[in-house]
Amino acid sequence: MNSTVAAIALAFSAIVGLPTTSSAGSEDIVVDDAWARASIGINRPGAAYMTLRNTGTDPVTLVGLETPLAMMPDIHETKTDANGVSSMGPVGEITIPAGESVSLEPGGMHAMLMRLQTKMVEGETFPLTLTFADGGTLTVDVPILGIAARGPEG
Amino acid sequence: MSRRTLLAYGAAIAGVAALALFIGWWQVDGPGAPEPVAQRPLPLTQMDFQMTDQGGETVGPASLLGNPSMVFFGFTYCPDVCPTTLSDISGWLDDLGDDVADMNVVFITVDPKRDTVAAMAEYVSYFHPAIQGWRGSQDQTMRAAEGFRASYEKVATGGDDYTMNHTASVFMFDAEGQFAGTIDYHEPREFAVPKIRRVLARTEEETS
Repeated sequence: MNSTVAAIALAFSAIVGLPTTSSAGSEDIVVDDAWARASIGINRPGAAYMTLRNTGTDPVTLVGLETPLAMMPDIHETKTDANGVSSMGPVGEITIPAGESVSLEPGGMHAMLMRLQTKMVEGETFPLTLTFADGGTLTVDVPILGIAARGPEG
Repeated sequence: MSRRTLLAYGAAIAGVAALALFIGWWQVDGPGAPEPVAQRPLPLTQMDFQMTDQGGETVGPASLLGNPSMVFFGFTYCPDVCPTTLSDISGWLDDLGDDVADMNVVFITVDPKRDTVAAMAEYVSYFHPAIQGWRGSQDQTMRAAEGFRASYEKVATGGDDYTMNHTASVFMFDAEGQFAGTIDYHEPREFAVPKIRRVLARTEEETS
């Protein structure tokens, strides 16, 4: 319900051209250790990982992703139940509390890159734009590591 | 209070207590008990399924006997869990070095529709060379999952796209095909590697 209201409000503000950068916060976000795995072709979805650090004094909410690499980028989360069954689904928004960090890492949350437009080639980078609730954006250059990479160090 | 009333009260309390005990038994051990949720996999010798490995060879549970094994389920269109599992296992195998030279390490796809033998062969080639990729028909995949007591389920993600929920544990077996424990998804290396060493030691005891 709240997200519907927010979406309508956002759509309305876009139509009438209201300034979207009102409350500050997103400029205090620092992204560390971004990385992604190379893909096999473009049919399979890719995944990117990073740590979002909020150096400010207000909570900041990540509301969306955009990249020329994939038509449908979205934050997904892997969950494993008591029987060892893993499932994955969209998480919607992520709020990074003031002074804290939120990690997107294997087995937890990841930027799921659906509908790849180009192959993710080891050694290259791609831009990933994060959009925050205050309207601010941050573009990160994500290095593409090998398919078998386990973390930002490879 | 008359003695008779006291007796009646006593009988009522005893009755309630007995009923509570009965309900407890019914729900915990009796016919009302829930099915055990996570069962142990069958021994490999009691499983029956046929698949094709990354080299095009016909394989099945009997192909694993004679050496200890690690088996896990996944699919190659899986962006997070499966590459993480395969790279975790590659790391464990690197740590164990020559000690695991004869261990069978098998990745079974739960998505044979998209994961052809060629797709599995390419996918496993990016990880530790010991990792095999097995692919069977829908029917054989279901039989394999039943034997391992693993589960999987197709989940639509919009359009023709879909993802698979699946058991992400790694199942271990000794050389005789007896179930020897699981390694949970993304279990830290310092726990996983000793578990594998124990299975290897058990195999040595059996064969010596």
